[in-house]
Amino acid sequence: MPFPDRGTRLDLTILVSAALNGLLIGGIYTLVASGLTLIYGVLHIINFAHGSMLMLAMFGVYYLLTLLRVDPYLSLLIMTPAMFALGYLLYRFLIGKLAKGKDENILLITLGLSILIENLALMFFKGDTRTISVSYSDTMVELGPHLVSLPKVISFVAAMALCAVLGLVIRHTDVGKSIRAVAKERVGARLVGIDVDRVYAISYGIGLATLGAAACLLMPIFYVSPSTGHVFVLVAFTVVVLGGMGSFLGAVVGGLIVGLTESFGGLFLGESLGQIGISLIFILILLLRPSGLFGARQ
Amino acid sequence: MNPTGRGHDWLLHGVLLAVAIAFPFVLPSPFWVNFGVLALFYAFIGQSWNIAGGFAGQLSFGHVVFFGVGCYASTILQLRFGLNPWLGLPASALAGGLMGFVVAFLSFRAGLKGSYFALITLAFAEVMRILTNSVEFTGGGLGLLIPARPAASNFQFAERIGFYFVILALTVLSIAVAVWLKRSRFGAQLAAIRENEDAARALGIDVFREKVKVLILSGALCGMGGAFFAQYFLYIDPMIAFGVDKSVEMLLVSMVGGAGTVYGPLIGAVLLAGIGDAARVLTNVQGLSLVIYGALLVVIIAFLPNGLIDLFQRLFRRRGGSRGGA
Repeated sequence: MPFPDRGTRLDLTILVSAALNGLLIGGIYTLVASGLTLIYGVLHIINFAHGSMLMLAMFGVYYLLTLLRVDPYLSLLIMTPAMFALGYLLYRFLIGKLAKGKDENILLITLGLSILIENLALMFFKGDTRTISVSYSDTMVELGPHLVSLPKVISFVAAMALCAVLGLVIRHTDVGKSIRAVAKERVGARLVGIDVDRVYAISYGIGLATLGAAACLLMPIFYVSPSTGHVFVLVAFTVVVLGGMGSFLGAVVGGLIVGLTESFGGLFLGESLGQIGISLIFILILLLRPSGLFGARQ
Repeated sequence: MNPTGRGHDWLLHGVLLAVAIAFPFVLPSPFWVNFGVLALFYAFIGQSWNIAGGFAGQLSFGHVVFFGVGCYASTILQLRFGLNPWLGLPASALAGGLMGFVVAFLSFRAGLKGSYFALITLAFAEVMRILTNSVEFTGGGLGLLIPARPAASNFQFAERIGFYFVILALTVLSIAVAVWLKRSRFGAQLAAIRENEDAARALGIDVFREKVKVLILSGALCGMGGAFFAQYFLYIDPMIAFGVDKSVEMLLVSMVGGAGTVYGPLIGAVLLAGIGDAARVLTNVQGLSLVIYGALLVVIIAFLPNGLIDLFQRLFRRRGGSRGGA
């Protein structure tokens, strides 16, 4: 039954409401994907551990709330730097040391890392699905005639703001300039005195910091279990290839498109079949336009 | 590639086969026979991955897509059309090979390679998972249950040892294919493609064609693994058939044991099954075995890129033997 019988009630309100929900979740996808695209743009590695790192950060947010009563949004101030530090150290002491040779090898190392993290999480946190509840969990706000959940709106606004901040940092600060220099021309960057390895580690750190932030914004509206990373791996890769590997603007547009696809897919095709849209976009983009919407043609 | 090396090879094949045949008679308890079945099952699907990922260098993260269509092809033919499950084996090879053709034709036509090919296979598997999960015909999320009617003619054995010899035969077949790839012109062309695609093309190799061919071969073998799995456990669902776990396990046993080698997947599979059982029996901690395996993968990529089999071969060579093709 690919088309559930909803045709009669499919008026404008439902469509707009689906679009709103899609855009709101798309904002978070954008944030998750911006880290992935940054890591790719600078280091030219595909970080397959992205999903499991997000899962790890979400467990961090969960335990900060349940053990220390720290509000998830306040956790932003803890998780973002913590994930930055994790990424920086991970690159300095592991990935950077091992990341030589073929790009497949790095993909395999990040795959190994994701298996490791996911199963460590299974060992220590067990396989249960966990959600948090905060006072504003069920609060709704009115947007014209539509009711949308407050935490989703907060998440969206915060995710977009963080993406803008990230964009400004990359564009205007010294660190950002050296990141861009390394991404464009690593030999030249080294010649003008940039510590390239440090820039790599910082970029990987920033990539994971976006996950720390995304985890705080996600927890009030999502759940976490050791396999939650799987949900986001394909989504994040889809956003990134759709927008173009290494393109920030692409990540924003791609994130919103993927969010809308998911939302409308669920509306028109039902909960199960509706998920197919994201995978299909991923396949079609890779087959037809691998450089994505905003990427440079290779 | 010298003649003495081949002599060693046949000795090695013979000894390993004798050990494998003797195994269920020496250790006849259900626990050990089950261990043998699972180890050989992983060796078999690992080898199917290895044929594309190791010998031809076409790394796949979603190889389970071939396994899954094999699962569903044989099970659906049996349940809905009354086909004898033994015939499900060639049918699943056909389904896996066809899927291999579709994935390879589309991806390689678009020029995808390396990490991009690895990721698109993952997406194909996801599409199949969602489709089988949503359609009535495949049993949806509830999956398909094969009624138990133990009879050898029905590809169901009252004793596990029957399954053991079926999967042993399949594993021998897959190893024979790998040996053939080591020696044949086709295998040499694949090795050339793996090392440098442009150079292979310059040598006059039809890169696209050979890559499609190897994916068909790999997919067909993997599909048979699906048919076997369905008969052994008598149950499949979209997550079992197309979930990411088996893709990872196929890749792991092959990479850890030694990608592009004849016996790498077998070594990796015995280790995976061994670590899995040891972790279950000794500690009962969920996830421990894959923690070890994930760590092993990272260490091996970093320090032993040719896999554990490299250690064996170094020992073998140091004792004065020439290097075998294993």
